[in-house]
Amino acid sequence: MENSLMSLKYHVSPTDFTRAGEASSDVKNKLKKLGVPPEIIRKVAIAMYEGEINMVIHANGGDIFVDITPDTIHMELKDVGPGIEDIDKAMQAGYSTAPDDVRSLGFGAGMGLPNMKKNSDTMDIQTVLGQGTTVIMTVNMPE
Amino acid sequence: MTVQDLINTNLFQLINAGDDLNRDITGPFCCDLLSIAMGKAPAGCAWVTVMSNINTLAVASLTDTACIILAEDTSVDEVTLAKAKMQGITLFTTGLPVFNAALSIYQQLNP
Repeated sequence: MENSLMSLKYHVSPTDFTRAGEASSDVKNKLKKLGVPPEIIRKVAIAMYEGEINMVIHANGGDIFVDITPDTIHMELKDVGPGIEDIDKAMQAGYSTAPDDVRSLGFGAGMGLPNMKKNSDTMDIQTVLGQGTTVIMTVNMPE
Repeated sequence: MTVQDLINTNLFQLINAGDDLNRDITGPFCCDLLSIAMGKAPAGCAWVTVMSNINTLAVASLTDTACIILAEDTSVDEVTLAKAKMQGITLFTTGLPVFNAALSIYQQLNP
């Protein structure tokens, strides 16, 4: 990407809840070092962590690409999971298809995608049933 | 009130002292669903919960909470404790129920 300050790539392991969040934590630390304002870092961390957790719960993991420019933080979360059957429903707060073992860990309340939307400035979901999902989010730097 | 001030009150049992003990506590926050906490935990809060696992720490770190208080004598496993030490997160336990723990923090903040 043009004007890129930093390009990062992470692999999210499938069904490994102990490691979920490592990618988001790393991005958080790197943004901190770049001097990005805390409220922007918080938005990126929340949006990306929710995406990471979704990949672990629903999609056997995947890959995350992060590109940081002076204007935006661009995140691309790619998986080859089952795809999202009904995006409108998935976007509704409280709607979840997460299994019970995930719920017992405190997740699966159907807040993931709504939280991602709330904490990003743009969000686009491309999904094909049986092939996978790509979520692209951007968070803008302050003017 | 800073995290260190909260430690000094001896209201709760300290399990791990984090990296930033001079951090101001903005207020108590109660929630056991990590999905909700992720979206709603205010930065700088003292988060009271009974959900004790490694993901609790990840959520605390990413939402930038000041400290975690595990209510109802919730136990902490070794992996979670090691992660708290590694990430520099202040962790307390208490036998108090969630509401009472949060109330005692509130009372410290609003004497």
